[in-house]
Amino acid sequence: MARVIVVTSGKGGVGKTTTSAAFAMGLAERGFRTVVIDFDVGLRNLDLIMGCERRVVYDFVNVIQGDANVGQALIKDKRNPNLFVLPASQTRDKDALTVEGVGKVLEELGREFEFIVCDSPAGIERGATMAMYYADDAIVVTNPEVSSVRDSDRMIGILSSKSRRAEQNMEGIREFLLVTRYSPERVKRGEMLALEDVQEILSLDLIGVIPESTAVLNASNAGVPVILDRESSAGQAYSDMVARYLGEDLPHRFLSTEKKGLFGRLFRG
Amino acid sequence: MALLDFFKQRKSNSAALAKERLQILVAHDRRGGGPSYLPQLQRDLLAVIRKYVAVDSDAVSVNVERDGAQEILELNIILPE
Repeated sequence: MARVIVVTSGKGGVGKTTTSAAFAMGLAERGFRTVVIDFDVGLRNLDLIMGCERRVVYDFVNVIQGDANVGQALIKDKRNPNLFVLPASQTRDKDALTVEGVGKVLEELGREFEFIVCDSPAGIERGATMAMYYADDAIVVTNPEVSSVRDSDRMIGILSSKSRRAEQNMEGIREFLLVTRYSPERVKRGEMLALEDVQEILSLDLIGVIPESTAVLNASNAGVPVILDRESSAGQAYSDMVARYLGEDLPHRFLSTEKKGLFGRLFRG
Repeated sequence: MALLDFFKQRKSNSAALAKERLQILVAHDRRGGGPSYLPQLQRDLLAVIRKYVAVDSDAVSVNVERDGAQEILELNIILPE
């Protein structure tokens, strides 16, 4: 049976889709058969971030409603044979997502894949609650900023009450904190919440810290998951996060402001 | 002078302010707001107290905490010195 992971946040624009794309690609690169599903019915974007927007024929809602089968709707990634994308519908209503419908599709995908990554829409409406309903694990994406932290706290509450695991009195969803757009310089100047502060308020296990990086916009411009930009700090931080998810114990990187001077650059390594 | 420095420091450290605001807010959100009669109860209590003592409008705070099956109604009244 596949492991279902929801990438969620409550607030929009914090990096859910960027994270879903990078995380799914990272799992695929490690050899796991992985599918990433866009739950943002009406505002799909995962296809763009994954760079497969011109290959969308059928979508998630088509599959739920029986207009297409899963195989017809899945888009095979051109870079990694282990990775598939299930796009959201752009025209339908989010009410097309039902507990039974989503459950059936996930069950079918579970026979084929080892990991199912659910890219949640922002907000706490149906798309978001459906994305988390069947989750085994949750990655809560948070910016070090007041509204994002508050919304994440709300989502953590919803995760523990409105999921299949909660309703059926199973072991709860494993929740992990991913802090994105982190800027050590601004933290040092006292302008941004420090990592420890965010962790203290949300009290979740930290799975990664993605530094603010120009590589993220460049990657989405090109439709390439940023994890493939191996030179970039963001790409490396996502690789670390995938490794930690799979059980490796790695120290967190890119947390300090240490600027390499001329000397440092000359004697790099 | 020390007081001035204190305010200056606070101003530049907006992150500390953010943390403080969040801690209060998150604690409140997690309590779920309590029963709907709380605000009215708070206003009524304030009116009664004001019959006897001149207090500010934020002198009375009312909270409900849940501890298992038990509910604790917590009243906090700050009297002027």
